[in-house]
Amino acid sequence: MTAVTNLLIVGVGGQGTILSSRILSHLLSNQGYQVKVSEIHGMSQRGGSVVTQVRFGDEVHSPIIRPGTVDTILSFEQLEALRWLPWLKPVGKMIVNMQKLMPMPVITGQAAYPDGIDAQIKKTVPAAILIDGLSLAKEAGNDKSVNLVLLGKLSKSMNLPEEAWIAAIRQTVNPKILDVNLTAFALGRNA
Amino acid sequence: MKQLLMGNEAIGLAAIQAGVNLVSGYPGTPSTEVLETVAKQNDGSIYVEWSTNEKSALEVAAGAAIAGARVMVTMKQVGLNVASDPLMSLAYLGIKGAMVVVVADDPGPISSQTEQDTRHFAEYAKLPVFDPSSPEEAYRMIRDAFDLSQKYHTPVLFRPTTRVCHACASVEVKEEKIEHKPQGFVKDAKWVIFPRLTYQNHIQIEKNLRLIAEDFNQYDGNQITETAPNTKKGVACGGISYAYVKEALNRAQTHVRLLKIGTPHPFPEELALQFMEGLYEILVVEELDPVIEKALLLVAGKHHIKINILGKLDGSMKNAGENSLESVLTAIEDFLELPKTKYEPIELPPLPVRPPVLCVGCPHRASFYAVKKAMKGQKAVFCGDIGCYTLGNAQPLDMVDTCLCMGAGITIAQGLQHIEPDAVHFAFIGDSTFFHTGIPGVINAVYNQTDLVLVILDNSTTAMTGHQPHPGTGKTMMNTVSPKIDLEKLLLALGVQSVKKVNPFDLTNAITCVKEAAQTKGVAAIIFEAPCISLFKPEKKYQISDSCTSCQRCIKELGCPAISKDSISNKVVIDQSLCYGCSLCAQICPAKAIVIGGDKSC
Repeated sequence: MTAVTNLLIVGVGGQGTILSSRILSHLLSNQGYQVKVSEIHGMSQRGGSVVTQVRFGDEVHSPIIRPGTVDTILSFEQLEALRWLPWLKPVGKMIVNMQKLMPMPVITGQAAYPDGIDAQIKKTVPAAILIDGLSLAKEAGNDKSVNLVLLGKLSKSMNLPEEAWIAAIRQTVNPKILDVNLTAFALGRNA
Repeated sequence: MKQLLMGNEAIGLAAIQAGVNLVSGYPGTPSTEVLETVAKQNDGSIYVEWSTNEKSALEVAAGAAIAGARVMVTMKQVGLNVASDPLMSLAYLGIKGAMVVVVADDPGPISSQTEQDTRHFAEYAKLPVFDPSSPEEAYRMIRDAFDLSQKYHTPVLFRPTTRVCHACASVEVKEEKIEHKPQGFVKDAKWVIFPRLTYQNHIQIEKNLRLIAEDFNQYDGNQITETAPNTKKGVACGGISYAYVKEALNRAQTHVRLLKIGTPHPFPEELALQFMEGLYEILVVEELDPVIEKALLLVAGKHHIKINILGKLDGSMKNAGENSLESVLTAIEDFLELPKTKYEPIELPPLPVRPPVLCVGCPHRASFYAVKKAMKGQKAVFCGDIGCYTLGNAQPLDMVDTCLCMGAGITIAQGLQHIEPDAVHFAFIGDSTFFHTGIPGVINAVYNQTDLVLVILDNSTTAMTGHQPHPGTGKTMMNTVSPKIDLEKLLLALGVQSVKKVNPFDLTNAITCVKEAAQTKGVAAIIFEAPCISLFKPEKKYQISDSCTSCQRCIKELGCPAISKDSISNKVVIDQSLCYGCSLCAQICPAKAIVIGGDKSC
């Protein structure tokens, strides 16, 4: 029996983290894994810190993960990457969108956005991948497609066929915005 | 066939397959997607509605159920408080078809104002309750809940928690669907509740609960799922905690005798007795109230069993908030005296928190700002309500002084007014919440001649729960168009002194309206009308021109997530990927430095 693999998708409410976890979980389910996903809906979706937990393997009971056992963190935003960094396994992988979104306490001057997050992440996770997802999303034609850019990047670090990813995207994404999302996925995958 | 489903989708799908004829409910996290799933997959044979509130939803469903239909009602835990009047009585009256009341509990709480436990409500209302431990089990249990309801002519509660509702899993989905044809209403004295009937039915309910408890002893949702030879220790659990316990036992590579309770009421006493046999200590792992723990204590007391029962009552488990995998692992390791799993997180400096905020371009920001400006320097209290606009409490707007429950802002403001008549009392309420429970409060103020400024934040949707239609939108869950309830006409008909409708983004006009309303005796209403940003795409974006003096009024007064000070250049910037073109910042800029333009490609 293979061990359970744990993924965290973190970001800011409104960035499209839930769509990316849906695609990922359809993909994993199609591949025959038992998948458990825990999402947060409601108030925190309004610009708060959000996290989706994805777990897969032969047998998964809990939909939530224990701190210190995450195999991969996919972060949509720098500060959120740092916030969830302690959840990563000592040898875990990390993919971070370099976008910065200011939390309200920072905007109003009650707190400061930490400097040098990229260096701190690199220090802890030397192999961490830092990516300018927003620019690639714009290149794809819609800045809301950051989630697909990041999934594209994640797809490179997971040993699953590209066609399976594309099938899961087709299965999940609204057909009206499918083309832009497929382009964003490809740009992320090849970045 | 395996299908990846969210817990709520699994519940909705299972209800369809159980032959449900009518589904009603009111949106509320974490329950909302149950009804939405039924509506989405409806072949037209099921009647589905978002009702104005949970009481209406339950009563509509009760009507259908006494006509022999299979019905489901959905709500969150606080919604059950609103629906409790009809449900308590319906427990006595009984039903003819089948009724499953899905009430989603929210340990944490993650998106609620209470940590109430519906399992307790079941006991109080004398109703059976199912407590699924996973989306897969929720799918299987729904059919059992319908069958039990039909067998005993009683409403049945079904209580998933957030981590079941909003967890996705691969669910083994059946192909077949039961066709249930309601017999229709048959006139009978038994449908009219009178004290004498209540007494007779009470006797029957108590008999039935004993019979249901016997059924539950045999039910596969209740099980001793693991045994260990020679063990003297056992773990009892229910709901999502069962998944955490299973995982913790796997991690610790150990086995105990494990009792899983899927129907906490009526409690499967015989099964609990089997579980306790030969044990000297039990750890109870559950969320919210110590329901299973107390039931086991009762069984132990009744049967004179000498046993230690550890849980919330003795402080072994925490009694507020939700369980987590790590909290359960720690508890199991302590209980079984196992070596502790080490977790030494890397040290981080304190990080800025990221609380939820009103969206960029949200019309509520403009409404709150207009009221704040209009009332500057005057004694005023701002009563809030339940919805996205509760977020108006955050700095820098700071415009929510009270918040209690759905519809309460309007009536809380009246109580405040009676004690402090020299202050102006405002009640902010969203359109959906107003239809839900706001209207009786307005009538109360008109009737009792209480001064009040009612501010309806009409964004044409139920935003917080994911944009459901309501009586003011004219759309229904059956895809029909109905006449929109006209808020202005409604308020005038109720006897409200003055009703003004204004676009909050027309700031000068909005401020004038608020000032006038604050001077009005009796109830003065303002309807701030502007759609939720989720209902349209931005047509323009704003940017900061060179005439900016860096006074930062836009930042300090509005709290818009798109506007911030660039840490390197120290200049005020508008994030073009976020701006929604609402124009509020441009209207308040003293240097007129915020102009249309920006990056249109965003």
